[in-house]
Order: sequence, then C-alpha cells, then structure tokens
Amino acid sequence: MAKIATREAYSQALAEFGELYKNIVVLDADLSKSTRTEIFKKKFPDRFFNIGIAEQDLMATAAGLATCGKIPFASTFAIFAAGRAYDQVRNSIGYPHLNVKIGASHAGVSIGEDGASHQMLEDIALMRVIPGMVVLSPSDAASTYECVRLAIEHEGPVYIRLGRLGVEEIYRKGELKLELGKGIVLQKGTDVGILATGLMVHEAIKAAKMLQEKGISVYLVDMPCIKPIDAELVLEVAKTAGCIVTAEEHNVLGGFGSAVSEVLVQNYPVPVRMVGVNDEFGRSGKPEDVLKYYKLTAEEIVNKAKEVMKLKK
Amino acid sequence: MDRAKELELKKIATEIRKSIIIQTAEAGSGHPGGSLSGVEILTYLYFVEMNIDPRNPKDPDRDRFVLSKGHASPLLYAVLAEKGFISKEELKGFRQIYSNLQGHPDMKKVPGVEMSTGSLGQGLSVANGMALAGKLDGKNYRVYVLLGDGEIQEGQIWEAAMTAAHYKLDNLTAFLDHNGLQIDGKITEVMSPEPVDEKFRAFGWHVITIDGHDFNQIEKAVSEAKTVKGKPTIIIAETVKGKGVSFMENEAGWHGTAPNKEQAQKALEELQKQLESLEVQG
Repeated sequence: MAKIATREAYSQALAEFGELYKNIVVLDADLSKSTRTEIFKKKFPDRFFNIGIAEQDLMATAAGLATCGKIPFASTFAIFAAGRAYDQVRNSIGYPHLNVKIGASHAGVSIGEDGASHQMLEDIALMRVIPGMVVLSPSDAASTYECVRLAIEHEGPVYIRLGRLGVEEIYRKGELKLELGKGIVLQKGTDVGILATGLMVHEAIKAAKMLQEKGISVYLVDMPCIKPIDAELVLEVAKTAGCIVTAEEHNVLGGFGSAVSEVLVQNYPVPVRMVGVNDEFGRSGKPEDVLKYYKLTAEEIVNKAKEVMKLKK
Repeated sequence: MDRAKELELKKIATEIRKSIIIQTAEAGSGHPGGSLSGVEILTYLYFVEMNIDPRNPKDPDRDRFVLSKGHASPLLYAVLAEKGFISKEELKGFRQIYSNLQGHPDMKKVPGVEMSTGSLGQGLSVANGMALAGKLDGKNYRVYVLLGDGEIQEGQIWEAAMTAAHYKLDNLTAFLDHNGLQIDGKITEVMSPEPVDEKFRAFGWHVITIDGHDFNQIEKAVSEAKTVKGKPTIIIAETVKGKGVSFMENEAGWHGTAPNKEQAQKALEELQKQLESLEVQG
C-alpha cells in the first residue's frame, strides 16, 4: 500500500471539493510545491493566489476574501501559520470569526532534517486557545479528506494540522464519515485507554497490538477533532478503562493531552500519562530517527500504558 | 465641488468632530488626535463617494471601507451614526462594558463596520482580499482603506503593498493619514517611514498627495484613482493631528488621551463657533 502524506491528501481534497464549491479559493506563501496546493493551482489557476513569502499578509488577505463570501484555504507550514502569523490569525480571523480555513502542513518533528526552526510543536496549544477556532488533526488520507469536508461545511475559522511524512491508510475513503467534535473508536477495551491524534495514531495502533499480545485490553481512540473535543467519548473511555494515555506529535504542554486532561479533571479524574515532546524544541535528523529521539513511538506508549495502569484506583 | 456642497460637508465634518470629543470624553479614554485628522476623508467617502445603504449594510455590491488604524474608532462610529447605520444614542456607550462600540471596531457587533481592526498593519491585507474577491466575482465595487502614517512602520503593510501591486488591484484606494505624529512623538524621530510617496511609487502604486482637510482635493484624488488602471492608488493626505481643536492640534500627547470635562467643554465651544461661522456662510 502506497503511503500518502496528509498534506498531499489535503491538497487532493481541495482540488476535488473545488469542483463542487466554486467559492473555495486557495492561498499559499511560496510553498505550493511543499504544501502540494499546486494540485489545486493547476486545476483552478484563477482561484489560487500566491502571496509570496509573507504569511502575515497571507492570513489577513484570506480574511478579506472571507468577508466577501469566499472560503479561503490559507496554506503554509504550521510554524508560519500558527507561529509567525499568530496575531493575524487571532485578530483578523479568530476575533471576527471569519470563514477562513488554515491548512498547516509540516507540523511536528517528523519533517526531519530542517530541524527546530521548522518543527512546529506548539500549534495545537496556540490555536485551541483562540475562541471559536476549530482544530483538526487527521491521521491518514481518508481522515484528511473528511477534515477538509468538515472545514468547508463549518461556518467559521478552522485549523487543519497536517504532516509531511507519508503515512499508511487507516481508513478507506468513502467509508469514513467524520463529525465535528467526534472521535473515532478503533476498538473498545477495559484496562487502559489510548487516545491519539495525527501521526501518533499509527503508533497507538501498534502499541495497542503490543499490549493486547500481553493480554491487556485497550480502548483505542483516534481524535482528529481536538477542538471541539469529544468530551463524551473521553469520559466514556475514562469510565470504562479507568486510566488514559494520550499521544501527540506536539509539546505535552497545552496540547492534545492537556485538552483531554481538562475534560477529565473537571468531570471524572483518572490517571493520565502523556506521550509527546517534553517541553523541548526539535532537532535535525531523519524523520524516523527524530521520532525515536523524542520517544514518539509505540514502545513509549506501551511503557506509559503500563505505568498508568498501576495508578488506577 | 460647488460651494453649497462643500459647506454642507464642512458642517457634517464639524458635527463629527464634536462627536469624537463627546465620545472620548464620556468614555474617559480613546484616541481623539488621529480621529480628528481623518474627518474630511471619511466624511467625503461616506457622504459623497461610497455606494452604501444603512438599510442594507450587507449588500454584496456595496463599496467597502476598512479602518486599518482601528484606534480612530470614534471617527468611524460618528460617521456611521451620522449616516444612520447606528443610533446617535449608542455613541454614549463608547468603550463602556455593555456597549457594542468597542475601543477598536468589531464587525460582528456594529453594522457598517466591514472589518474588525485594531492590531495595526493588517487592514491593507484585508482590503486586498476584498478587492481580489471583487475582481474574481466581476463586481464593480471599490475598496477603501485608511492607514496611519505610524502604522506603515509595520512590515505587513509592505507585504500588502506588494500584493496589491502584483495583483493589479485598481479597485483599491488607500488613504494615508499623514499627520506626522505617533504615540512617542514625530514619526520621523521614532522611526521614519519617509519618503512615503517614493516608497509606494517604488512598490508599484499610483501616488497622489493632497491636503487631507480639503474636500475639493479629496474629491479630485478619489476621481483620479478611479481612472487608474492596472495598479492600486494611495492618496497621501497631509493632515493635522487633532485638527479643529486648537489645543489638540499637532500634539502627540492627544494620540490616546481623552479630554477631561473642562477640556471637552472648551473643545466643543470651539467647534460650535466653527459651526456657527459655517452657518453664516451658508
């Protein structure tokens, strides 16, 4: 099975939905070959705007287009979308609640060799604190397609977190139907809950298998929608499994694990262990090596699962 | 422009100046200086030029105005009230907790406000987006934006200046409120953006320089901008910060300080006298 990066799936989806939704426009900041938005550009040259290396202008231009009824997909690397243009995203998109979709590719350490300056590990934290911002983090091509669909159908700002690395198929396109604010139960179990998002869903699936081989029953959930979070499902997992491991390719501070913990601590506290980057910047290396270096692996999820099960009351 | 029309606009402008003083004084905060300098520009746009209808503020064919220097909100609110988008009664709530009239304009709260602004440097990009959408949709509306001369120290302005020229946005007209002052003093002493005309010309814009308090010059410049094809136009409006109130004129201190009761009283008396002298002429 050919691996497809979520950035690739994002741009394929845009090219596809562009037929149906004539008001979709795509903007990029000189990265259309990397974000792959050139796929859309080739098909709809009139509806594609390259803004050049100017991410602040990119975001606010998208805002202006949205005030005139367009559905702009502002696309660039996550580091620039959520980092460099934060004030534009907050003040010109989030605050007026404009219908701008942000396609943020190359998130996390798995972009590899470019290193810390380009490895965005804080975007989930930054984006989810903007009131009204929807934050999506798909795990494969089919869920990316569904996230793009949800973004189009939702009226308001949406941040879609995408990766550079090719990933295996988890779902079949056409068979998966995502709902905003809903997680995907991959399997139910009673000993430990594993909630993962984005690239880490693949590691979580491997971890669940490893745990099951040792006779541990795992409640495994893919959470493509980080905000609004599926609180109902988080609590269902907590009540059934009694302890939770979260997994994300992001700083553990303020990220997905924090979002899950916020739900738990206010409603049904159970022990939690977080797999993610521990308050560090990234570093250069082959994607696989960098992921291992930061322990963003199935083995680490298994370790954390064993730890957290001991804390169960 | 005939004399009667000019006189009428001058009267509206003076009423708007009074409103700026009243709003900021009642709130005990706000930005009177840079609001007073842009009065003639907005008065001309809203009462002569722009195709807008307070009964249909979301008309897709309307002209758009973006107040990029969002701190001049008392000016925009005064104009919107005078035009009938909001009630004059509402102006009393400016910057107060239960009012829709936020310190900087909020498009979700106030009809006629086209964009929420306040974080400087972003309005020109937004206006570009509106102009691009107009081109895509084959619409004839025009987009106007008011920039501050301190504001153009923001790097994003020059990103947007490039974009507007690159995409040949001849349906966009920017005004630069060139009053020469910012919070910390003269723009040339804080961080000089001069020469602004040459800079915009180098960025591919059509540049017109006028006296920003002269309705005839504003009218001529706006008409000229409409004839320019293939490039955006910037009208550099030479203005006086605090214009119309003698003790506020050319004083950087009145950038973000509201007049107290006595100062407001004095300012209003001055403006009333100006109004009466206009009545005599008319």
